[in-house]
Amino acid sequence: MELSEHIKTANVEDVTLKRPFHPALRGTLCVTSHHLLFSDRKDEASWQLLILLRNIDAIEKSVENLFGYPRAVGSSGTITIKCKDLLVLQLEIPGMEECLNIASSIEALSSLESVTEMYPFFYRPSHLTLQGPWGLSSMEQYYKQTERLWDRWRVSTVNSDYSVCPSYPSAVIVPREVADDMLIRSARFRQGGRFPVLSYCHHRNGMVIMRSSQPLTGANKKRCKEDELLLQAVIDGSELGYVIDLRSAQQAQQARMTGGGFESKSCYSHWKRIHRHHERGKVVQESLIKLVEACSDPSHSVDRWLSKLENSKWLSHVHSALSTAGLVVECVERDGHSVLVHGSEGTDNTLLVSSLAQLILDPASRTVTGFLCLLEREWIQAGHPFQQRCAHSAYSHARLKQECPSFLLLLDCVWQVWRQFPLALEFSEALLLRLAQEAYASNYGTFLCNSEQERCAAGVKENTHCLLQSLLKPDIEEQYLNPLYEPTDLAIWPSVHPQSLQLWTGLFLRWTEYAQNMVEAREEVWSIVKEHRERAGPDQTNNTLSTHCETLTPFENLMDELTIL
Amino acid sequence: MEHIRTPKVEQVKLLDRFSNKSITGTLHLTATHLIFVESYSTSAQEIWILHHHIASVEKLSLTTSGCPLLIQCRNFRVVHFVIPRERDCHDIYSSLLRLLRPVSYDELYAFSYNPKQNDQQREEGWQLIDLAAEFERMGVPCDQWQLTDVNREYKVCETYPRDLYVPITASKPIIVGSSKFRSKGRFPVLTYFYQEKKAAVCRCSQPLSGFSARCLEDEHMLQAISKSNHNSRYIYVMDTRPKLNALANRAAGKGYENEDNYSNIRFQFVGIENIHVMRGSLQKLLEVVGTRSLSMTDYLVGLENSGWLRHIKAIMDAAIFLAKAVTVEGASVLVHCSDGWDRTAQVCALGSLLMDPYYRTIKGFMVLIEKDWISFGHKFADRCDQLDPDPKEVSPIFTQFLECVWQLTEQFPQAFEFSEWFLIQIHEHIHSCQFGNFLGNSQRQREDLQLKERTYSLWAHLLSEKQNYLNPVYSPSFAESHPVLEPSTQAYHFKFWRNMYHQYDRSMHPRQSILKHVLTLKDSNRELEGTVQALKTKLQKFGVSTSPQKPQTPPRERSLPPRPQSLILGAPLLSRKEVQQEEEEEVFGEEAREDAPVNTGGERTVEGSSATENGYGELTGSFGSKNEPSVVTLEFGVARMTC
Repeated sequence: MELSEHIKTANVEDVTLKRPFHPALRGTLCVTSHHLLFSDRKDEASWQLLILLRNIDAIEKSVENLFGYPRAVGSSGTITIKCKDLLVLQLEIPGMEECLNIASSIEALSSLESVTEMYPFFYRPSHLTLQGPWGLSSMEQYYKQTERLWDRWRVSTVNSDYSVCPSYPSAVIVPREVADDMLIRSARFRQGGRFPVLSYCHHRNGMVIMRSSQPLTGANKKRCKEDELLLQAVIDGSELGYVIDLRSAQQAQQARMTGGGFESKSCYSHWKRIHRHHERGKVVQESLIKLVEACSDPSHSVDRWLSKLENSKWLSHVHSALSTAGLVVECVERDGHSVLVHGSEGTDNTLLVSSLAQLILDPASRTVTGFLCLLEREWIQAGHPFQQRCAHSAYSHARLKQECPSFLLLLDCVWQVWRQFPLALEFSEALLLRLAQEAYASNYGTFLCNSEQERCAAGVKENTHCLLQSLLKPDIEEQYLNPLYEPTDLAIWPSVHPQSLQLWTGLFLRWTEYAQNMVEAREEVWSIVKEHRERAGPDQTNNTLSTHCETLTPFENLMDELTIL
Repeated sequence: MEHIRTPKVEQVKLLDRFSNKSITGTLHLTATHLIFVESYSTSAQEIWILHHHIASVEKLSLTTSGCPLLIQCRNFRVVHFVIPRERDCHDIYSSLLRLLRPVSYDELYAFSYNPKQNDQQREEGWQLIDLAAEFERMGVPCDQWQLTDVNREYKVCETYPRDLYVPITASKPIIVGSSKFRSKGRFPVLTYFYQEKKAAVCRCSQPLSGFSARCLEDEHMLQAISKSNHNSRYIYVMDTRPKLNALANRAAGKGYENEDNYSNIRFQFVGIENIHVMRGSLQKLLEVVGTRSLSMTDYLVGLENSGWLRHIKAIMDAAIFLAKAVTVEGASVLVHCSDGWDRTAQVCALGSLLMDPYYRTIKGFMVLIEKDWISFGHKFADRCDQLDPDPKEVSPIFTQFLECVWQLTEQFPQAFEFSEWFLIQIHEHIHSCQFGNFLGNSQRQREDLQLKERTYSLWAHLLSEKQNYLNPVYSPSFAESHPVLEPSTQAYHFKFWRNMYHQYDRSMHPRQSILKHVLTLKDSNRELEGTVQALKTKLQKFGVSTSPQKPQTPPRERSLPPRPQSLILGAPLLSRKEVQQEEEEEVFGEEAREDAPVNTGGERTVEGSSATENGYGELTGSFGSKNEPSVVTLEFGVARMTC
């Protein structure tokens, strides 16, 4: 079926639009295959609302049929549109039939299943071309750039046809001494074939963070020699490594009943296992739903609000993610041991923890480029199933399938880190907000599909534009810079006391007046910083004093001369 | 001094409240302070605790490593010492018990504190805030309001100041009559005048109405207030208590205004709880946030159960109601509670702050506190537990006011000239008894104590370090565009004030402060600008025109930008060393710059950010904790680079 067949009424006049911070507007509403457009009739060029249909999470329609006649004068309908970026707006549409038509078009077009029908495949802005490489970096390039890996690690292309592990990229980094056939065996012993691969190698001590899925030991405690050897090769003679299992000990035990399991002490004698309970899947999605609901009801008393906030458990998830990431960093940085992180599938919490740990440990991942590369490597290439996880957001009434806001949780955690180290990250909250939006609905192909394999099959790289690349264009990147950025080489351990964590108001309350005052204050900070940079000279910020001293000397000489005269 | 049996104990351990970390040092006991000095460390940490700040001392049961002593302070510092010998511990304990309960005002620190100022400077300090000038600024006296001398000798009301402003039509007999009908003689007087609409904010205590009593003079008094405002036919009477409390008071011959007896009043309860509820609420809050390895759930549930933020919101709601009535309706408002010195002070002060941008400046905020709190007799001595008082009189009423202001600064980041450090510093000194301002319960008592002759004023001290308290994003033009603040009272705007209640728990704070950073940038901007100007004039003097191709003139001697003292650490009297440490923590300090490269190597983590403090837990216990001394000792050094 052609997309346009879903559209029964393409244009409606005299529609009233209500949205936060703006007075109600009358204008023309227009539905296209991928967009909802609204334009003010008075001055059509100057003002338009353009919403990607994919961004619409839920719509609610209420029809007022005054006289009981279908086409009676005065009958009208209201459509409430709830977007995945948490914006809620209302459209008052004259004419009941039009209203229902519009509503059904939106419903159909906002939940397209087929990837190639989605907007990124049609998005062709004049300033971008489809030529050239897609994405920022491949695993091979990453390996080439990271000299500290060369000694003990290699790039394996055992998964080049995605047969060993369908959710892994074609190339992965593994210990040098482990041959490809061992990897294949190990993959058979891990859920979804996600055998242990390198995620990060610490620049200070060469210790690594590995990630995988759970081992399939099952009820009768199966073993896999190759898997054991692979992990042995990871620690390479050092006394100990840590397995951070993102399930409670009990859950891990239970997983054996369904064929999963954990690395037992007897088989992996050099690995010490630590269990940390993390909620996953549906529970986290429901947390998001509850939180957004709590945020969108302004009538709550303080007590009720706190109770709802608690009840949503969202901050508890943030708390445990940051704690576990801190634990990983503690193992690597402080104790000097390598770490293997996994939960069950290794596609959600595993990535969350491993990427947060890198942000804390690695100064390189705190720049804009570094952070986007981190996301590309640890989320997109590593096979976080974006399409399944971000199919719906907090407002949807659809029955939950595979939705889970793991990525949003990551962004929230990064925000918490930024709150505690406001100078340590090169990017600002705006970048996190942009990413939160793009992950759910985008003009770009970056977050399409569930894995590299699917992206290859759908031709995403050939037919869509890459978000990460476009974010790095100088004029765009500038919007996302943190004016106060001052790089530090140190690990930035966040405090995880509940008192130190906060609700991410920038995201969850972004459509309240609260956000407005903050924006003004932020602009003020920017202007102070800019003024400082201008005053203090061009290549300033870090070298205030030295630059001053240099430029000062000739001046002083001049002064001295004058005094003598 | 005779109370101090053991002035010095060595090998004392100081345990961190939220982690397993501890440091060893020497404990000194002086007449005014308890001092802990860390030993064996290059950047020895020092902790100075003023005896007046100590709320309670507790000796816990003996452990293998010694005798634990738990000290809780009114500025929310909690320290946990372990003293090796039981005997020493007992000595310290009993000395402290005596020292922290001064029996007479003369024992308070303010009477011995000497900041090396001469008498003239002291006097000037006390003259900084002039309430007569403040009323003049509001436009009082005017054709409707006059200064009355009825309380010149404190004869009508002991707890009011000498100078009071009343409607021109209120004669002396009316005032005296009205005062007899009001609890503690606190009759309705002017506290703020909203010039634009000629509307007045007045305050008083509850009427002694019982079930049916009337007082014609009091009715006249309210009538006079109403008449003085031509904009509105009625005045609001705000009873800031919950209705139930007001009803209960009627049985004791007190109560609230009967709308039938007073013409043209609109009566309104606003439901702020009493001092006992507030005291209990804060106690609950502190218990919750003081728990070790607190879970997110317990934190949020505890926050809710303490009711603290609910009370804060109630005060804010009342103030917003007041400000709306005055600025939007142009009506005058009379505010009272029971005695008119707790809730009334909160609501009047906060309401004025919402209406008048002046009170959002540093100087104006001092004036506001001086007016609505100090002069109108908020019982600081009792509420802040200054002099061995009745524990039932202690209550964090003023703290709540400061917190309300903080909540506003969070909503309106550009509206206030001061930052939260100003509020925290003021809070520090309502308990410190270091300055005379907050001593005693009323103006009369302060005069009897001759505070102006014998002690120093806090305001002068704060103004002298004004730089530290500035809000870098303050914008006077915001005040012009928003003369009246209209805060949102949606529940999610009320947040836990971590920097107040955990001001000494450094592991909980953001490791880098935007505030400090921007403040320093701004300072340096100003300085650079100044230097540019100075150089330009100098050059002109020599007849050289500033060459256009020369870029920005660099500063001559880049003197260090004033460093905002980290108030988190700030004991009122900082030892030389502590000051230095704090300076070192500042990024832009010169020393810091020089030191920084030396320290770049090696294994370090960002300030206070060692793993053990953060409660990721488990690992330390399960795997023979490998203590990295470098992490601990370099804590201060590291901060230089990262703030």
